[in-house]
Amino acid sequence: MKKASPRMIGSIVALAAIAGAIAVAVIVWRPAIAAIEPSAPKSFDSALVKRGRDLAAIGNCNDCHTVRGAKDFAGGLPVPTPFGTIYSSNITPDAETGIGRWSEAAFRRAMQSGVDREGRHLYPTFPYDHFTNVSDDDNRALYAFLMTRQPVRAPARENQLSFPFNQRAVVAGWKLLYLRHGTYQADATRSAEWNRGAYLVDGLAHCGACHTPRNSLGAERTKAAFAGGDVDNWHAYAINSQSPAPVPWDAAALFQYLRHGWHPDHGVARGPMAEVVSNLSGVPENDVRAIATYMAGVFGAPTPEAKRRGDDVLAQARSQQAPQSSSTASLYAAACATCHGSDRGPPYGGINLALSSAFSGPDARNAANIVLSGIRPVAGERSPIMPDFADSMSDDQIASLLDHLRARFNQPAWTNTLNIVRDARRTQTVFLQTQPSPGAAPPDATKRDKP
Amino acid sequence: MMTLQVNGRSHQVDAEPDTPLLYVLRDDLKLNAAKFGCGLGQCGSCTVIVDGKAVLSCVTPLMLLEGKKVTTLEGLGTIETPAPTQRAFIEEQAAQCGYCIAGMMMRAQALLQRNSKPTDAQIRAELELNLCRCGTHMRILRAVHRAGQLMQTADASPAQRRTP
Repeated sequence: MKKASPRMIGSIVALAAIAGAIAVAVIVWRPAIAAIEPSAPKSFDSALVKRGRDLAAIGNCNDCHTVRGAKDFAGGLPVPTPFGTIYSSNITPDAETGIGRWSEAAFRRAMQSGVDREGRHLYPTFPYDHFTNVSDDDNRALYAFLMTRQPVRAPARENQLSFPFNQRAVVAGWKLLYLRHGTYQADATRSAEWNRGAYLVDGLAHCGACHTPRNSLGAERTKAAFAGGDVDNWHAYAINSQSPAPVPWDAAALFQYLRHGWHPDHGVARGPMAEVVSNLSGVPENDVRAIATYMAGVFGAPTPEAKRRGDDVLAQARSQQAPQSSSTASLYAAACATCHGSDRGPPYGGINLALSSAFSGPDARNAANIVLSGIRPVAGERSPIMPDFADSMSDDQIASLLDHLRARFNQPAWTNTLNIVRDARRTQTVFLQTQPSPGAAPPDATKRDKP
Repeated sequence: MMTLQVNGRSHQVDAEPDTPLLYVLRDDLKLNAAKFGCGLGQCGSCTVIVDGKAVLSCVTPLMLLEGKKVTTLEGLGTIETPAPTQRAFIEEQAAQCGYCIAGMMMRAQALLQRNSKPTDAQIRAELELNLCRCGTHMRILRAVHRAGQLMQTADASPAQRRTP
């Protein structure tokens, strides 16, 4: 065979480079969508706006796109990721700093493929890997809702990402690996309610964004769907058959918890979940029922063994236990049992801790967070409340209290509790210092049915 | 028996270690400024200062106070020489029934010791947990600002009372 000349090799390399460049451009490059003149709020149908408001609540949009105490949907919330800090964007209809110049087509493209109006790839902290299944009708309603909000001038904050993650082209590669386009395909063998729940849970409500563990590239491990994940400095419990809940969940309990924020056999939603249930308190009841129905299927029917254990824990929680006689036990009796050993419902009493996933979960994070920070009342809502103990208990005292309770509920000992408490205190101090002011009163629950 | 440091004095207290601090203050030491409101740590009327921080004395058992310094409202000033916070609350007439006021003053005091020029928002955030059912919140807010100013000024002569 004739030896390839250097010139020929050069041509092949050049051709390959061009082909590669074209391939990369096809993968990476997205066109801008023409800017529009901001639409007058009155041009949107009020029924559509109202539906969009409910959908935005199910999507929990306000949680990431609003800094506590600042203007609604104006963005700027730092979201810590293993790759650096990403700031949420301004999704008010401000023409210069928000999405006021986005057409509905641009909004739909952002939701379905994570590309902004100018054609830049958005980081998947914006969970478009779920939103890709949101229907065009629902996107139209969401768009109408957002375009009728108060425009807020709030320029984007610069993300703090290290190389190569600060290159948006990298996101195109990520999408190639992990973004699956597709509309929701109804399962004809299931009820309409179940299908509605599946559409919402896997799509707009993006439950898996927190409750599914992520791989080293930050994508959800779909084979471990709902097996528990991490969010802010909290553990998002497994909400499948691996759920640590002492009493197994069922559809009725899930509905009560998601709709009202607490359940007598499970306790109250707190941490990042508090905002979720606050949002779900005002949306159409049928949607919450659908989510509960679908999720009950994801949890699965409890095994007879799990059911028996749940019944035992309930019986144990209802019987008055004789106080134990260690100093930690008496600390529990004096500081915690006044509420947690009472039979009163919230806000005058707390759940019997034998029922709490905080003590049956994989680590002490959630329990440490809650003892340190308590549960603040939510303005304008009937909400649970718990005093904080950060200033009256030391890290050692909290750690031994948590370990004591863990053992008391017959769970294998946690490791590292003291370090977890220290971390939680450090994180919380930072969090409290960066909070601009007490939370602006959330939307009045009684006014949620008005656009 | 346990030694409890309250308002700069050591007290020998004969109580079980799980006794709430509030009970000991009121029943044994006869320091009645801190009030029993709900007993659940939800209303703030029992607030005292422990090592510089506002703490709810109804859910703080004695065992947590080993070697710590407790300050109650009685430890701030006297009727003859009220402390800046007390003076400010009197000058702004911030009390109506007064049940919550000792707790309000102690939490305000803890805030002002860290930051004598808090903003409205910071005061609101700090006092959020202290409930007042008479509704003197706006006066309490003014009183905390005034207390901060009084703490900063060398001249502690009674300021002109603001007309309501």
